[in-house]
Amino acid sequence: MSVEEKMDSGRRQLLLATSVAGGAAAAATAVPFVASLTPSERAKAAGAPVEADVSKLAPGEMMTVEWQGKPVWILRRTEEMLATLKPLDDQLADPASEKSIQPEYAKNEARSIKPEFLVTIGICTHLGCSPSQKFKIGAESGLGDAWPGGFLCPCHGSTFDLAARVYAGKPAPTNLEIPPHKYLADTKILIGDDGTA
Amino acid sequence: MQSRTGKGDFLMKTRAMKFVKRLLAAALFAPVVAMAAGAALHLDKAPVSTDPAALQNGAKVFINYCLNCHSASFVRYNRLKDIGLSEDLIKDNLLFTADKIGEQMKIGMTRANGKAWFGAAPPDLTLVARARSSEFGSGADWLYTYLRQFYRDPSRPTGWNNKVFENVGMPHVLWELQGDQVANVEEKDDGHGGKHKEVSLELKKPGVQSAAEYDKTVADLVSFLVWMGEPMAESRKNIGTFVLIFLAGLFVLSYLLKKNFWKDIH
Amino acid sequence: MTTKSQALLNWVDERFPLTSTWKAHLSEYYAPKNFNFWYFFGSLALMVLVIQIVTGIFLVMHYKPDASLNASGVPVAFAAVEYIMRDVPGGWLIRYMHSTGASAFFVVVYMHMFRGMLYGSYRKPRELIWLFGVGIFLALMAEAFMGYLLPWGQMSFWGAQVIVNLFSAIPLIGPDLALVIRGDFVVSDATLNRFFSFHVIAVPLVLIGLVLAHIVALHEVGSNNPDGVEIKKKKDANGIPLDGIPFHPYYTVKDIVGVVGFLFVFSAVLFFAPEGGGYFLEYNNFLPADPLVTPPHIAPVWYFTPFYSLLRAVTYPLFGLDAKFWGVIAMGAGVVIFAFLPWLDRSPVKSIRYKGPIFKTALVLFVIVFFILGYLGVQPPDNGGIKDRTTQICSVLYFAFFLLMPFYSKMDKCKAEPERVTS
Repeated sequence: MSVEEKMDSGRRQLLLATSVAGGAAAAATAVPFVASLTPSERAKAAGAPVEADVSKLAPGEMMTVEWQGKPVWILRRTEEMLATLKPLDDQLADPASEKSIQPEYAKNEARSIKPEFLVTIGICTHLGCSPSQKFKIGAESGLGDAWPGGFLCPCHGSTFDLAARVYAGKPAPTNLEIPPHKYLADTKILIGDDGTA
Repeated sequence: MQSRTGKGDFLMKTRAMKFVKRLLAAALFAPVVAMAAGAALHLDKAPVSTDPAALQNGAKVFINYCLNCHSASFVRYNRLKDIGLSEDLIKDNLLFTADKIGEQMKIGMTRANGKAWFGAAPPDLTLVARARSSEFGSGADWLYTYLRQFYRDPSRPTGWNNKVFENVGMPHVLWELQGDQVANVEEKDDGHGGKHKEVSLELKKPGVQSAAEYDKTVADLVSFLVWMGEPMAESRKNIGTFVLIFLAGLFVLSYLLKKNFWKDIH
Repeated sequence: MTTKSQALLNWVDERFPLTSTWKAHLSEYYAPKNFNFWYFFGSLALMVLVIQIVTGIFLVMHYKPDASLNASGVPVAFAAVEYIMRDVPGGWLIRYMHSTGASAFFVVVYMHMFRGMLYGSYRKPRELIWLFGVGIFLALMAEAFMGYLLPWGQMSFWGAQVIVNLFSAIPLIGPDLALVIRGDFVVSDATLNRFFSFHVIAVPLVLIGLVLAHIVALHEVGSNNPDGVEIKKKKDANGIPLDGIPFHPYYTVKDIVGVVGFLFVFSAVLFFAPEGGGYFLEYNNFLPADPLVTPPHIAPVWYFTPFYSLLRAVTYPLFGLDAKFWGVIAMGAGVVIFAFLPWLDRSPVKSIRYKGPIFKTALVLFVIVFFILGYLGVQPPDNGGIKDRTTQICSVLYFAFFLLMPFYSKMDKCKAEPERVTS
């Protein structure tokens, strides 16, 4: 009496066809619902590229601009600051930025287009806190005598050098992310758009 | 007590004044009042187009002539890409009231200023083509007729009146294109023994455009307003066609399945 | 079934009545084999409920119940709807599903109620099913009414204003009651916020509870059918009704046909006429709410119009109370009177198939009157003219259908019910 016993091949085929078509319909119906969870046009407009004027930024100073609601740091590095980078390579987790996120043009020693300006997203790759500036060097920084200057994440203690590269043995897995950016003029940087996308 | 009453009177007066002003404003911006009173609106059928060239021309007219006083505050400039305009073209030629292409078509004029200058704040036009629909025709028909039936009326503060929207607060912003129309009022029998006024419009001074060209300009503008009211209308219909075809197929399948199962039931 | 999955099923069944519930409500719930077209609407109502809940959940993620004006001078709530329509990916589709779903819900529920009246589904022993059903209808009306305020357009605002003011017609407590409902002296942000709360959580909870009770009660006594005969009276040796077939698979596959057919019509409206000619989305609701300007013609959404006509039909004061009060009573009674049908119908048979000419005429007349009242409800009143008079006559007929039923259903010449269902 059970339905399975009486299942003829025509019924089996029809069941299969209806189930597949019904499943496809259900999947298609899910599309707008899932899409509605993605960033809206408003969020995208708020996340549009922003321009930063770095002409008034003094050497050794840093400014923060907001892009997609995130802090983007622009650090104008001095010659001395840049000189600290190379010797640190063996203390870092990812010195050549192999595992880290950055545009191809920033995948170099100074992680920047022009070595003078570091443009990076100030959000720790561990759990999303924003690291603080620790530009003072040596004991004065509170990070030991050998501290060459960099960033410290207050949440879980990850430290980064002046190219936003993470030190080895810290919770953050990769270097800070470098956003897509380009120079509109010598001292004008467009963040969020490098003309490739 | 005495002084309080006096103050109260004053307040009452200003309130009453405000109320009267509001009523006037309401009358200005509610031509449907006429419809409630029983007067039927005769609207011309708007030749609404979804052709990108027409929509682009409409967008240009809208941004040049309307967007100074009226906002379209739900429409983002980059949405204009949907009607075939390129991002650069929008940025260079159309981005008057905003800095970024992702921003909405807002205006500098505040609502308070609008009220002070025109008697009522010029309404946002994003949804005007949907809101103006009535039993007399679509919103597009109303707009198409309205924008072509302005006439000179020295008794109005703006010098303009409108056949569809009596005592409208808006001046005829497209007058350079259309030219000056005047109204000829004729008394006619209404067939029930009474008389009614019939207003006919006559072009006294031609504008830059010929009558046919002007109709086309307004048609394009109206098409754009319709598009703006529901920018996804076209994709909605496209998806809908696909969905209905699919469901028709699924219906046949499910019907066959039902028949197969039910052959056991006698 | 493999032994492993059987073992898992046993494990669950020892802790939760999974298999027995499945059997009791689906595979061994025996439904009459002669269901016709009208029997699709129960499962369709459930389907629309699911559509409304799922789309509602996603709409709440983007909607803001806020009557204050944004920087462009537009109420935030109104702007939130346009935000969903324009800026949220797929938002327009979800919103149209919800707005079309509201109208679809009432279409389906009205058909479902009419089915009950056709075949006497409210008669003993199904009185409680019917009462739960009337409760669902009431909750649905409340749900629709409060949901309609949320877009905060002109019709939303003034519709709510008018309906809330109905409550002020109640003697003594009325004005205070209206104040408590609004939370303000006019319909305002406070009203919008509480209606939002009721619309998204309070009423849906009640609705789901009532739907469950409706189905549990139905499965307790078993379904009625177009012949109105009890299939449980004739059982085979195993105790299975001779005219019953397992709901699953027979009615599941049949209801799928109904669901797909319904979705076809639903999609046709949704994708090609989401405004429903101004009846599903009223044109004036594309204007933001303006407490200073009433649109010249306020009409409720189509599904309320028959009852709205009952409200307007009463123009005479009675017993020292305003006409306004009696109008409200008429409207309320017009809805609640459905609850009394099980006791008003004294016919010896359930189904219209065996009822006599008087009942048939009365039902046809009632349907016509219901449609006329619905039509007149969207028309502006004409100050005692032909429309208002028609409304009054139809209102009297509306109530006469119910109030005279004990008499005409008893004296009617009915045919004999068959022993078994016919096919």
